[in-house]
Order: sequence, then structure tokens, then C-alpha cells
Amino acid sequence: MDTHQDGPVRRPLQPAAANPIPLLRIEKASKRFGLVTAVDAVSLDIHRGEFFCLLGGSGSGKTTLLRMIAGLELPDEGRIAIEGEDVTGAPAYARPVNMMFQSYALFPHLSVEKNVAFGLQEEGRPKAEIAKRVREALEMLDMGAFSARKPHQLSGGQRQRVAFARALVKHPKILLLDEPLAALDKKLRERAQFELVRLRERVGITFVMVTHDQEEAMGMASRIALMQDGKIVQAGSPRELYDAPVSRYVADFFGTSNLFEGNIKECARGEAAVESAEAGTVLRGQYGERLAAQTSVAVMVRPEQVHLSREAPQAENVLRGKIASAAFLGNCHACQVTLDSGKTVLARLSPAEFGKAGSPAAGETVHLFWPSAAARVLKQ
Amino acid sequence: MSGRPGHSCSGVFVAGVPLVWLLLFVLLPLLIVFAISLAETRTGSPPYTPLFTWEAGFLPRIHVQASNYALLLSDRLYIDAFLSSLRIAATSSFIALLIAYPMAYAIARARESVRTPLLMLVILPFWTSFLIRVYAWTGILNSNGFINNVLLDFGLIKAPLPLLHTEFAVHLGIVYSYLPFMVLPIFAVLEKLDWTYLEAAADLGARPLKAFLRVTLPLSLPGIFAGVLLVFIPALGEFIVPELLGGPDTLMVGRVLWTEFFSNRDWPLASALAIGLLVLVLVPAIVFFRLMRKEEAA
Repeated sequence: MDTHQDGPVRRPLQPAAANPIPLLRIEKASKRFGLVTAVDAVSLDIHRGEFFCLLGGSGSGKTTLLRMIAGLELPDEGRIAIEGEDVTGAPAYARPVNMMFQSYALFPHLSVEKNVAFGLQEEGRPKAEIAKRVREALEMLDMGAFSARKPHQLSGGQRQRVAFARALVKHPKILLLDEPLAALDKKLRERAQFELVRLRERVGITFVMVTHDQEEAMGMASRIALMQDGKIVQAGSPRELYDAPVSRYVADFFGTSNLFEGNIKECARGEAAVESAEAGTVLRGQYGERLAAQTSVAVMVRPEQVHLSREAPQAENVLRGKIASAAFLGNCHACQVTLDSGKTVLARLSPAEFGKAGSPAAGETVHLFWPSAAARVLKQ
Repeated sequence: MSGRPGHSCSGVFVAGVPLVWLLLFVLLPLLIVFAISLAETRTGSPPYTPLFTWEAGFLPRIHVQASNYALLLSDRLYIDAFLSSLRIAATSSFIALLIAYPMAYAIARARESVRTPLLMLVILPFWTSFLIRVYAWTGILNSNGFINNVLLDFGLIKAPLPLLHTEFAVHLGIVYSYLPFMVLPIFAVLEKLDWTYLEAAADLGARPLKAFLRVTLPLSLPGIFAGVLLVFIPALGEFIVPELLGGPDTLMVGRVLWTEFFSNRDWPLASALAIGLLVLVLVPAIVFFRLMRKEEAA
């Protein structure tokens, strides 16, 4: 359906069109704490089977938004609906969602088994069913042997699994995860990332995760909403956010980029020409919305899209500069090239490509170039 | 090396001072009371028979008899006094718990800026003498005291209610006097409680009351145990409250003890009553510490 993408794109497991009613719909939801607007008129649809990620720095409103979905905060304005049913004012205990808390919030006076059984007991399930489901959930997470332990007798990683089992055992329509990996050490975190993705595929429950870690979001989510100051700056697949950011902020949040300040010369057929003094030439790039001439913009190019050659190539977007430094990083060469304008451009080349370019050393004059399709014109 | 001797010296000193204190002012008086409880009463000074007599100048002879304890266990008066003390202490502790828990909860959940003033208000009565505060209640509960006057003025009652010198007044006095001892330990536990647990309970489908019963209450049990103990133990031996507010028929060990000691000048029997009270107090205390240790071990 979408045609503007090349390359592999991770998508929701079920496309939006198959489900006209989104699993979760948030409409212009706002939440204020005193004078601070934590969430500012956010609208968002999340579909069945997604691994959705709310990404942002501290104070961006991502956790408040998650807590509003859980019912732990009620919005001051706006609407929240789950499967088309309005739950805006519904308390947490009446919502078909479950949350995995950042601190895990395992009940310290209850054993692992009783922690996991808690929610099912509240539903009034028969004892035999509770026992069976608790056992299954714990076994799925390899925690079957720990069912009699108290939370304080478990390691951080084990606690995380119990918290996960406790939320999952209720078969929620949406599982909310508040920084689920933040409390783990780095090595454990990487393993837990893969495990979460694998488990989500296995149980087929829609996940909404909050994180401040860009890599975590990129590696796990099928769709990401980047938040800033209570608003969603951009929502899309990790690929979209990386390749086609709508602003400098988004471009910056997802890895390094080269930005060339300039003014629009003309916009035509999806491509804009930008007069850039920094680049010393006219640069071409993709744009999201049509911009009037003379609008001040920036052209963004990811370092790995920048090619290098000794001789001037027959291509668009050719710049000339001197290599300031070239560092071999194992999987790539990172070259800093200083243009005549004084602007430094970062290029990341594979060892093969670097060799083809003649392995230029520091001080050598080189040409930089990239296809217009790899550049993006940003307004903000 | 040079720091070591000084270190152990101060260590001995730090541990030694309380130890000497306990030996001199707790253990020694207790032993004396216990020794007196084994003696016989007599007229004279002191009004009890000595523990040792020196026969033929050299051999000490020990005079020990358990008749006082036998009397405690056989005379209805003393048994009733113990039972009635247990009952009054238990009901007062329970009533104090019912009042103190919501207070402690409200203070623990209050904004931080008002928490300290609220705690100060709980502790404020301690700034006046205990005796005076209990005595003040006689003025309130009197047949022409504040409560009866107000009720009479509004025509709600025809004749003054008999409030003072009743068991009701004793309960009221004990609950009033020892309420802070119940509030503070419960507050201490609730204040440390992570409220995220309640959010987690709500998220898992528990309504507020169920969340309270399944999460908050069990997690505040140590505070409840400590509070109940702090009210129950002094209430058990309470003398001033039943003396000032209780009726002539309000039987409590403290009062009986006082009568035996000062009116009947039966020191051995009074001492035996004191030892009996001590044993009665030790039982719940030991149970409490057993429970706490089990909690910690689990």
C-alpha cells in the first residue's frame, strides 16, 4: 500500500486497513500537573499486534501518556478508547490493559506464584484455572522453579520476568511497559531486548513501551512515536524516523547526521533544491511538505549515505573538501571532511568502499557526493 | 594498631553504660521485687520477712515460700483483676487501632508540607502531664461536666448520663492517652510504603478496598503489631486511668496492686502481683518478636 519506501520496512503484523477500529485510540488527550502540561493534545492510533514505542527524553510526557492508557492518570481533556469503547474516565482496575512497572512493583509480602496469581484472583477465576495459568506463565519465562520465592530473593533479571508474567497472565488487550529494561545491567539488557520481541511474537499481545533509549526503540518497536514537550513530534516505523525525519530534533535523536543550512530555491516532483552557503552549492533532497521559495531549511544526510572519491564524479550533490581525519572503526571508516566554508562533514564508508575511493589519508582533497533520494529537507 | 585499644575501649564504654544501667535499674529492682514476693508479710520495717537469716552465726538460712503466688491463682479477686485487665487492655488496643490507622494513613498520604505539623499535633498532648490530662477528663465526663451540660441544654437528655466512673470512661481514658503510641509506628510503616504497589494492585484489577486489604494492610502489619504492643502493655498495668475515671467496681491489676501495697501494706503479695503482671506482659512481647523474626526470615 505504501509506495514511498524502499528497503525492508517493519510493519504492524496486521495492516491498519484490516481493522477499521484501532485497538487503542487517543484523541487530543491532555494532562496538566499544576502549571506544567505533561501531555499536550496528543492523538494516536495503535493497532492490534503492534510493538509500539513511546520514545523521548525525561519530561517529554511519554510516561504520563502511558499512565493515562493504564488509567493511573485521567486526562484533563480528550478521549481514550480501547476497541472503540470509551474508557476515558474508567479507573485502572476496570481497563483491559496491564502494566509492567519500571520498578516492577512486585508485592514484597507475596511469593512469586501469588504475585502472578493476584490479577487472576481479582477476576474471580476458579482456583484450578489460576494455578494452571500461573504455572504456564512462569514456565514460559523459565521461572517455574522460583514460584515459592519472595521477590527480594530474586535477581534483577528474575524480578523483571516475574513482573512480566504477572502482567501477561491476565491476557491483556494491551501490555504497557514502562522502561522495562532500565533496571537491568547492560549485558542483561541486550538479551532481554531480544527476549521481549520473541515473547511478544509468541503471545501476540499488543505492546506499548516507554523508553528513553533510542537504540532500544529502534531495535524492538514496529512503530515509534517520538515525544517532546508533551507532544508527538513524529510517529512512524523506525526506518521512517531514521530515513525521513520531519525535523532536526528527530534527525538528531536517531543517530548522527550532516545538516546543511540553506534556503529553498524550488520545489518540484518531491525534490527540493536548496541553496546552501555552507555546502557552497545547490543541494537536492526529498521533502515532506511543499515549501515556498526562500524558506530557511536544512538538508540532512546520514554519514553512511555519503560517498567519497578522489576525482570529481558525475553526480548530484557534489562537494569538495579536505580530509581532516580518517579513523578505522573495524566495520567502517569514519572520515571527517572539512569544506571550503569551514563546515565539517562526516562520512562513514565500508572498508570496501573506502578502498575503492583510494583510501585517502588526512590532508588529501576529496569529493563528497550522495544521491538526492538519500537527502532530506527539514523545515524545523 | 594505635587506634585499636582506644576503639575497643570506647566500644566497651558504649555497650557498657546501657548494660550497667539495665543491671542497676531494671534487673536489680526486679530481683528485689521477686525476692519480696517470696517472703511473708509482717508488721514492722520493712514489712516483710528477710530472705536470709543467719543461724548459729555462720550458716545462712533461706526463707522462701510460694504462698503469695498460690493465693494469686486461687483467690477470685486476683484472677478477676488479671482477666479484667486483659479484657480492658485488649478492647482499648483494638479501639485505638481502629482510630489510629486512618489517622496514620491520612498523615502518611498528606502533602509533605503538612505531614510534620500533623505529626506534631499527634505528639502535642505529651507536652502536658499525663495525670493532668486524665484528670481533665473527669471535668468533661462529670454529671455536671461539659458533655452532660451540653446534652441537657439541648434537651437531648432529661437526667445526666452516668459517664464518669464507668468502664466506658476507662476505655476512653486509655484510648485517649495511648493513641499516639498507636499512630506513630503505623505512620512510620505507611510512610515508607511504596504507593506503586497500590497502582500495581489497581492495574491488576483490584478495587481500592481490595487493594487495601490485599496489599496495604499486610504490608503495614509490623506497624500494627508494634502499635498494639505499645498500647496493650501499659494499658494492662494502668493505674491512673482506672483510679481517676473508673468506678469502684472497675477491677484492674494496677489498682489491686496499689491497694495491697499502700492500704494493706502487704508488700509480698503486691510484689507477687507485679511479677504476675510482668509475665502477662512478656507473653505478647515474645510472641510479637517471634512473629517479626519469622517475617524477616521469610
